[in-house]
Amino acid sequence: MAKVNVKICMGTTCFVMGASQLQELIDIAKTRYGDDVEVAGCPCLDICSKNSEYSKAPYVDVNGSIISEATIDKVLYEIDRNLKNGK
Amino acid sequence: MANNNNQSIHLKKEILARIIEAFLSEDYPENTRLIPYDMRPKGAEVPYRCCVYKERAILKERVKSGLGFALEEDDERKLLSDYANEALERKKPDENPLTVLDAACAGCVPSRIYVTDLCQGCVARPCQTSCNFGAISMVDGKSKIDGSKCKSCKMCINACPYNAIVKLVVPCEDVCPVDAIQKSATGITRIDFEKCISCGKCVASCPFGAINEKSQIIDILKNIKDTKKKVIAMFAPSIVGQLPGTVYQLKTAIEKAGFDVVYEVAQGADITTLNEAAEFEERMAEGEPFMTTSCCAGYNQFVKKHMPEITPYKSTTETPLYYTAEIAKKEHPDSVTVFISPCVAKRKEAMENDNINYVMTYEELGALFIAKKIEITNCEEEKFEVESSKQGRNYGVTTGVAEAVRSVLKDKDSAKPHIINGLTKETIKDLEKFVKNKSCPGCNLVEVMCCEGGCIGGNATINIPRVARKQLKTLVDNSEDLKR
Repeated sequence: MAKVNVKICMGTTCFVMGASQLQELIDIAKTRYGDDVEVAGCPCLDICSKNSEYSKAPYVDVNGSIISEATIDKVLYEIDRNLKNGK
Repeated sequence: MANNNNQSIHLKKEILARIIEAFLSEDYPENTRLIPYDMRPKGAEVPYRCCVYKERAILKERVKSGLGFALEEDDERKLLSDYANEALERKKPDENPLTVLDAACAGCVPSRIYVTDLCQGCVARPCQTSCNFGAISMVDGKSKIDGSKCKSCKMCINACPYNAIVKLVVPCEDVCPVDAIQKSATGITRIDFEKCISCGKCVASCPFGAINEKSQIIDILKNIKDTKKKVIAMFAPSIVGQLPGTVYQLKTAIEKAGFDVVYEVAQGADITTLNEAAEFEERMAEGEPFMTTSCCAGYNQFVKKHMPEITPYKSTTETPLYYTAEIAKKEHPDSVTVFISPCVAKRKEAMENDNINYVMTYEELGALFIAKKIEITNCEEEKFEVESSKQGRNYGVTTGVAEAVRSVLKDKDSAKPHIINGLTKETIKDLEKFVKNKSCPGCNLVEVMCCEGGCIGGNATINIPRVARKQLKTLVDNSEDLKR
């Protein structure tokens, strides 16, 4: 099974708009999925500056697809979807 | 504890960032006027209200509080561009730091115990037998509560096997520790500023985002823009973990945002610790039963307005901000000082101290970084002129202040702390008891934090306390011990 890679944007905008709290996903994912999922903070993904849309921050990248206005639940849902499809 | 990343807070931060962007643009008044239209353009989805017009109308009000105005007596006919210009004329900020947005206030139904339709009208009727006040009767086969007799003890809620009885709460009223929230004739929230201690709990609790801070961001930006003025930032210890990067990168980022000098308020916290420890030893030697800390602005307002009788037991040592501002003004006379704060209560403290000119919350600083596109993690690390201690940097976490004082005592075991982790109706009763009995059983050093978790639980914080505490701990663990 392919590993699911999750990158939480830790740029200033995303952090201020809610990514600070998404750091909890690092621990949640470890307990819930073990080694199948890797969650890490990453430098600015540069999404808000491209379309100057900070209203949709924070952004999270799950295996290459971008989640806007990310919440812990939204990201977990996307991880589950990837795990299911990856089987 | 309120979630500090819910959608109404997200909206608030977006509006602040847009106001700052407007200020920095070619045409500040016009771009301010356009904020509601930019956020909800024609044909946009209407996420919260009945229609796009009401969305815009409420956004307009939010922009006004972001510009620093009271919403209770505003002029609806006036354009935001006029408000934007008027904000520039203001000599000093409004006295009361909070304001209620009537159109956003849902006018929640009054707090009470309520029997829902789930009531089965059972034979056992444990609700009736559990009620000590005879407030429950059966009407049309269902339980009914007589509001004039009900004492809201919740015994019936616990007794009902169907979970049919609930407590209806008005969130702002529920969290206010001093009953400063009142309702107008139409049910809209009104703040009684005679009673309000500016703790900001209502701001964080309202699910409609109806209680707003009057921001001083325009006043601050105006001073930054004036190149003749030296503007100084002083940030509270609890800022660590609220923004990305290290505290040393943050210093550079704040300078990039336009401030001339940056101080860590932890520097002043070290002075508070030393003075408070000396005061504690003196008081105990004189046989006093206990001493309370005095660094929390919310608690200081509370004592002034609601519990003056505890004053003799409260430390007379000044707050970390007081000492930091004193140093800043001494080292840079004629400068403009800005405190970067986790909560609204510090706005009141600033108004009572000429050394502190303005207050900017973490949310507002975050919005400033967004508007100026400053990536903190790309900034160079820059040391402070005075490096703060482990203890000073830990002031923003509950138990941190008592621990700091204890750590520098001649006899560390002489301090027996009691921690008030959040001022609530319950913990206020504890304080009342200490004063009445002239004793705090088993303890002699009472640390009072108005917010649960300490300053990292303040109403204007960005991160949740669980995560913030971890990040703050990393810095604290790598800092030097305070020496006496």
